[in-house]
Amino acid sequence: MRQRKIIKSILISSGLFSLILTGQALATPTSQALSYTCAGCHGTNGASNGSAIPSLAGLSKDYLVEAMEAYKKDERSPTIMNRIAKGYSTKEFELMGDFFSNQPVHQNSGQKYDSAKAKAGKKLHKKYCSSCHSEGGTITDDEAGLLAGNAALFMEYSLIDFHDGSRDMPRKMKKKIKKMLKRDKDAFDKLVHYYSKGE
Amino acid sequence: MSNQHNRRNFLKIVGAGGVATTAALYTPFAIGGASKKVVIIGGGMGGATAAKYIRMMDKSVDVTLISADANYYTGFASNEVISGERSLTSITFSYAGLRKRGVKVIIDTAADINAQARTVKLASGTSISYDRLIVAPGIDFKFDDIEGYDARVANEKIPHAWVAGSQTKMLHNQLRSMKNGGTVVLSAPPNPFRCPPGPYERVSQMALYLKHNKPKSKIIVLDSKDKFSKFGLFTNGWKKHYGYGTDNSMIEWIPAYKGGRIEGVDADAMTVTAEFDDFKADVINIIPAQKAGKIAFTAGLVNDSGWCPIQGNTFESTIHKNIHVIGDASIASPLPKSGYAANSEAKVCAAAIVALLNSDKIPDPSFVNTCYSVIAPGNGISVAMVYAYKNGKIVKVKGSGGLTPDEQFDKKLRAREVEYGYTWFHNITQDAFG
Ligand SMILES: Cc1cc2nc3c(=O)[nH]c(=O)nc-3n(C[C@H](O)[C@H](O)[C@H](O)COP(=O)(O)OP(=O)(O)OC[C@H]3O[C@@H](n4cnc5c(N)ncnc54)[C@H](O)[C@@H]3O)c2cc1C
Ligand code: HEC
Ligand code: HEC
Repeated sequence: MRQRKIIKSILISSGLFSLILTGQALATPTSQALSYTCAGCHGTNGASNGSAIPSLAGLSKDYLVEAMEAYKKDERSPTIMNRIAKGYSTKEFELMGDFFSNQPVHQNSGQKYDSAKAKAGKKLHKKYCSSCHSEGGTITDDEAGLLAGNAALFMEYSLIDFHDGSRDMPRKMKKKIKKMLKRDKDAFDKLVHYYSKGE
Repeated sequence: MSNQHNRRNFLKIVGAGGVATTAALYTPFAIGGASKKVVIIGGGMGGATAAKYIRMMDKSVDVTLISADANYYTGFASNEVISGERSLTSITFSYAGLRKRGVKVIIDTAADINAQARTVKLASGTSISYDRLIVAPGIDFKFDDIEGYDARVANEKIPHAWVAGSQTKMLHNQLRSMKNGGTVVLSAPPNPFRCPPGPYERVSQMALYLKHNKPKSKIIVLDSKDKFSKFGLFTNGWKKHYGYGTDNSMIEWIPAYKGGRIEGVDADAMTVTAEFDDFKADVINIIPAQKAGKIAFTAGLVNDSGWCPIQGNTFESTIHKNIHVIGDASIASPLPKSGYAANSEAKVCAAAIVALLNSDKIPDPSFVNTCYSVIAPGNGISVAMVYAYKNGKIVKVKGSGGLTPDEQFDKKLRAREVEYGYTWFHNITQDAFG
């Protein structure tokens, strides 16, 4: 397992990964060449230290590919990702997924938060969200994104969009959010402070 | 696909690629062998990114960066320093991060290049040799096109502020000391130039400052063009926030066909001479026509256009071998002369140089460009595009990119674009200098 990871990372860093996976000549750019272009917005190797644009480092391949496919169809209420996603094929999304899923998960530890709210947010998360977003949503194999330590504003925007219907969410998540907001109308604010703090 | 399978395939392909590849892949550090020395002239957006990424891709490459100054001031976000929305410190970056990555940083000016001997001569007299040279000097100005304007006038009284730094601060101070009801004249350059939306973002930021602090003042834009980047988005934004198009407009835009092209400036009388009229002003900001940075001319890397022709997958000069030109100085169109483009080009160039030094296949490049502008608080806009390399040329990928939608004003998304723009600034500067 370990050895496989090392070889994989050598292949990625040498740009030969796509060649091996597809067995084709390099008709498309390498996974590295494609993914390096995202860093100006998402941070080097997808590790964002800004408060709005989310991290890509460590996202699972399937999650990233699905997100890109959705943006390509103008879904998910994007500002700019739809315009960017339209520049690539599914195969190129997969190559990007190979690259970013091989980066360590990154939490932005430099975000401001209110300790009391963050504490309350953590509680809410545990109760309503952790069945799908385990360990604060830092286990990206859950295929549900990265929550704790991700860009706080993106978390806030996502929650707003889920809530006003401009971004689709799983039915069960919708139910939990409804239940949570019924008990605590300030729940989103608290959750966002928790995600700013990170795990 | 099993692990073994993976590995066997891998060896087969490497085998076909030759011994050098195998060695390069299995030993991350050079064991004697070919020297891999890269020298980079200019530690701006292009040069700094290239230095970092070469070191990230291959630690065995010896990278030396020559920067004229110990600090770099980003052009992007500098319009917000002019309006007082942010400090000059917030756009200042040092080379400490690159040094930590093992980049040798020399604070000096490259005076000349000997392409045959593969050496760079520094102003201090030292000579440095290279296997591959990256030239990323940014821009220089065609002062001769404007009578009465030169580098000295720009430094002392009428800033261009198109290279960020002391002139950025000066322009901010001039706005601050101007009287309420004063006139600002801004002259926008002809194509091609650094950051196509930049002059109009600057006009927006100046208007923002004046609206809050000196609302009776006016900005006259004398343009050498009849249209400009993000035209609809900017003019609609000016209508929304600054009364554009009404009798009370804070901004008046005079395109070339209405006499916007300027011919000269009188620094003592504070007047600008345009094609049909003279304009008297309290603050003058002239953004002259541009060309590649001086060293590109000294080294003979430019063609008749005043910019450097390059190969789109390596950024190697088509004039001199082993010299690569990236960023504003290069002819990389359809990529614009922008910070994002320079960052993207630097990575393509870095990957190509690492491949060339290791006798590997040159990877197929991919590029992105983006430019965020803030018209007013809560009103951020952007342009984006994806580029590929096809049949020896850099091309736009059909269907990708475009502008922030403007059919109707989406308050929620416009406010988000301001925030995304701030993260972009943070992440792109870290991507280059961190
Ligand atoms: C007002 C303004 C707003 C902008 N806004 C944006 C924006 O929103 N988005 C965007 O993407 N871009 C923006 N830009 C453009 C962006 O700043 C440039 O496109 C980018 O900096 C180009 O990078 P470069 O490496 O080619 O040149 P530069 O970043 O200018 O770097 C060149 C460096 O080389 C040094 N140098 C030159 N000659 C020598 C020599 N002989 N020896 C040693 N050192 C030398 C210079 O001192 C300088 O530090 C803006 C620019 C301005 C002026
Ligand atoms: C111009 C800046 C910019 C560039 C370049 C960019 N992104 Fe994004 N990305 C964003 C923004 C902003 C968002 C939030 C959605 C939106 O508003 O479009 C985002 C969101 C995403 C998301 C959703 C993450 C999540 O957790 O749901 C993914 C995935 C993504 N981008 C992938 C990429 C990839 C891959 C690239 C490179 C090919 C890339 N982006 C290039 C700005 C950018
Ligand atoms: C039934 C499982 C489930 C539950 C419960 C759930 N989620 Fe989710 N969540 C998901 C999935 C799946 C996604 C990915 C959806 C997509 O990509 O469109 C997601 C996405 C998100 C995102 C966007 C992440 C990103 O980077 O784009 C946020 C924020 C989020 N969930 C918050 C919550 C909160 C807060 C709760 C608890 C109140 C919660 N979720 C409960 C399954 C769940």
